[in-house]
Amino acid sequence: MRVRGLASPYLAWMSIFIILPLCAVVYYAFTDSVTGEFTLRNIVSIGNYWPILIKSIWLALVSSLICLILGYPVALAIARAKQSRQRFLILLVMLPMSMSFLLRTIAWVSLLEDTGIINNILGKFGISPLPLIRNNGAVVLGMVYNYLPYMILPVYTVLSHIDPSLIEAAKDLGCNRTQVFLKVILPLSVSGIISGVSMVFVPAVSTFYISKKLGGSGTTMIGDVIESQFKTAYNPNLGAAISLVLMVMVFICIGLMERFSGSEEREALM
Amino acid sequence: MSRALKIILIVVLFFLYLPIILLIAGSFNTGTDLAVFKEFTFSNYGALFRDRTLIPLLLNSLIVAVLSSVIATALGTAAALGIRSFGKRFRSAVMTVTNIPMTNPDIVTGVSLSLLFVLGGKLFDRSNVLGFTTLLLAHITFNLPYTILSVMPRVTNMDPSLREAAMDLGCTPVQAFFKVVIHEILPGIVSGLLIAFTMSLDDFVISYFVYGPSFATLPIEIYSYTKKPLPPKIYALFTLLFAMLLAVLIVMNIVSGRADKRPRRSNITQLVFRRKDVEKT
Amino acid sequence: MKKTLLTICAAVALLAFVPFLAFETAAAKPAVINVYNWGQYISDGSDGLLDVNAAFTEATGIEVNYSTYESNESLYTKLKTGGSSYDVIIPSDYMIARLISEGMLQKLNYDNIPNYASIGESFKNTLYDPNNEYSVPYFWGTVGIIYNTRYVDTVTSWDALWDERYSGKILMFDNPRDAFAAAELALGIDVNTEDESDLRAAAELLAAQKPLVQSYVMDQVFDQMERAEAWIAPYYAGDFITMHRENPDLAFCFPEEGFNLYIDAMCIPTSSTNKEAAEAYINFMCSFEAAAANAAYTGYGSPVNGVAESLELTEYERGIAYPSDEILSKGVAYLTLSKEATQIMDSLWLDVRTDASTTSWVTYAVATAAVVIIAAVYLAYRSNKKRKRAAKRRADADGAR
Repeated sequence: MRVRGLASPYLAWMSIFIILPLCAVVYYAFTDSVTGEFTLRNIVSIGNYWPILIKSIWLALVSSLICLILGYPVALAIARAKQSRQRFLILLVMLPMSMSFLLRTIAWVSLLEDTGIINNILGKFGISPLPLIRNNGAVVLGMVYNYLPYMILPVYTVLSHIDPSLIEAAKDLGCNRTQVFLKVILPLSVSGIISGVSMVFVPAVSTFYISKKLGGSGTTMIGDVIESQFKTAYNPNLGAAISLVLMVMVFICIGLMERFSGSEEREALM
Repeated sequence: MSRALKIILIVVLFFLYLPIILLIAGSFNTGTDLAVFKEFTFSNYGALFRDRTLIPLLLNSLIVAVLSSVIATALGTAAALGIRSFGKRFRSAVMTVTNIPMTNPDIVTGVSLSLLFVLGGKLFDRSNVLGFTTLLLAHITFNLPYTILSVMPRVTNMDPSLREAAMDLGCTPVQAFFKVVIHEILPGIVSGLLIAFTMSLDDFVISYFVYGPSFATLPIEIYSYTKKPLPPKIYALFTLLFAMLLAVLIVMNIVSGRADKRPRRSNITQLVFRRKDVEKT
Repeated sequence: MKKTLLTICAAVALLAFVPFLAFETAAAKPAVINVYNWGQYISDGSDGLLDVNAAFTEATGIEVNYSTYESNESLYTKLKTGGSSYDVIIPSDYMIARLISEGMLQKLNYDNIPNYASIGESFKNTLYDPNNEYSVPYFWGTVGIIYNTRYVDTVTSWDALWDERYSGKILMFDNPRDAFAAAELALGIDVNTEDESDLRAAAELLAAQKPLVQSYVMDQVFDQMERAEAWIAPYYAGDFITMHRENPDLAFCFPEEGFNLYIDAMCIPTSSTNKEAAEAYINFMCSFEAAAANAAYTGYGSPVNGVAESLELTEYERGIAYPSDEILSKGVAYLTLSKEATQIMDSLWLDVRTDASTTSWVTYAVATAAVVIIAAVYLAYRSNKKRKRAAKRRADADGAR
């Protein structure tokens, strides 16, 4: 049919700019940087960076959790606001996201430094400077700050689509507010939660800018390692290998989460 | 809405906007240190207008954002319309591949595209392959999933008989397409366009790997300011952009407030689930 | 109403486009060169000095795309990766030697660089470019230790960077060559050693320093030292002058064990396509006006005759930017290392930079595994419950019939 032809420019684009680059990554990952032959050395040498990978995953998990704890109530608050207000509120939450994230992160440096704003204020009360920056906590703070809207939006979308008659039915059946939340609202919002967690986890695990600006010598993350292979220490093969492993890991996580999210929703509706 | 939820909302909003307030304050500061406010001044804005490096870079970012979002929307809309007519297995395969740039970490997308471009450059024996074109191609690539996913729901929910009804009423297939199909999916197209534009304007990671010396965008330049303190005119630029976006937000809010009062079924401002429900019954 | 609004928006958007397109095509016409230099290494018109790039464009009509790098290693990576062609680069001595040996530089046509005559004789026929074929000196300089006299006792030796009293306030070079040199000088080893055991010893010393280091920096050092966020850092003498003017508490030390004496010189990589325009740029940089402005702005040592004398420096500053021969005799130049030694150094450096202590990663791994196991158990429990409930419902339905 004529309509089918409409998609062909995109299909061509997709093959060249999505599939082919991934092939390039695989090619570099399995090629030796000096001889150009096939090798598993790059993949194996990722073992050296295992601690950094684990740490990146852990920090990303912590950030996702904090985003969930902070973001869910916010999404709930917006979903329960007046209809006319909802759109405004959600755009207000999204607005910082479209402003330069580099500058906003730099602003945090000025807030957290030993000679920064928070420590200046504390200093006025005679408290000696707290180590608020160049540690894991600062990196987590930076990640939560940058990715919180990514959690709020999907959760809000799902919450705002919950059929209010379900809530009324639960109330009619005698549930109090907590039970309505736990048994109806929360299960129905699981797909939003999973969306939100994956949208926070993926950029958090692979960031390098946040750890560069807010982190110190001991907070190197896997994103930093990949970036350095392409920008300072010329080894695109190792960089490609680490990227490949990271990508596979992310796909597995997301695939698993998707699998389980569908079953939860059906469960709640019953 | 309970008091506790309201408080959390306000606290989180304050948390989100704290750095922005700081940057805005910095734009009016004579000193270059964000942590120390010396004196109030407008001189940074004056410096911004006389500036010859930041404004061209902002224009660069805008050019790339506009071009890439328009092209991605066009390609994506065509794709969404075409994909619908594919068989189920092929369609799900295509959608899986479409999702890849979205679910992939930005750094992996950037790295993979840069490797592709460099390999391509070596193949065609060109040493300066990275530049405006590669940047644009990369931006279009990561915008496409968003535009397609914006339009798809509208396409799948569209009643196919509408097009046939239009043709029965005398439209040519082309007229039917433009008057009926596009009109139905227009909200998806517009939201896809806006999302693509926003993502492209502030993109840093992917641009960082595929840009060339002849064409850089504003985020890349900001990243290269490793020697803090940054020149305060950057804060002035930031404040202006923020004010503009805030103004757009407020205008949109007023417009949608008026539009909500008119009961139109395919109104893009209709987030209200309830009203749709009522109309169905 | 909506339609007219849409058409107006579309028309405005298209109209706004046209000047951009004109911009693009017009900008493509005049000659353009891509210059890749160190950050903060050229006079850009601030402080009332000459904007060198703008002056060059005015004089020759050639546009300059100016971008910066932080270290010789990132310059090398950028060139090696390919994909970008630069016309003028300004690497340090040992990197120039490496680029020459790998065939990555073009020989210069010195007929196009008449101002080469004003370069001091002591900067010609160098170790890295013995026949003066590939490079023209841009700046020379020294490395030393910058420290804040308010918090740090007088420094005389590289050991000060390992002093535990300043833990958390020490900055360190974020490039392998300078970092290894600091460790090697502290250990009394030759900075150009290729011996693996020497390199490992230096790497061990760097690893021992890591817990004391606030962060590994290059140009970020300016801000950290000026506002006393950090108290002691090794860096280049020219930059010290700039920092000292912002914060007079800062002092400079030429360590007694020795220090790096270097020359940064302008070269044209093989990927360049505008050799003559590049040579015109190099020539302009050697002119008195440009060199004087650059030297006044950066504080580094100019190799151009007459510039040093023309600068307005205090006696203290002059002692640091143009030190006496007695001090200079302790300066050591980097030679390019063999490929194997470079690889060893690079991988040891990466280990130092990315090393995480073993105890903490075990904690992370255990914590992550715990989360995963809990999630898996929970999900298994839910799916089990679902199966039971579905079975029960079927049983009820059967019973009701």
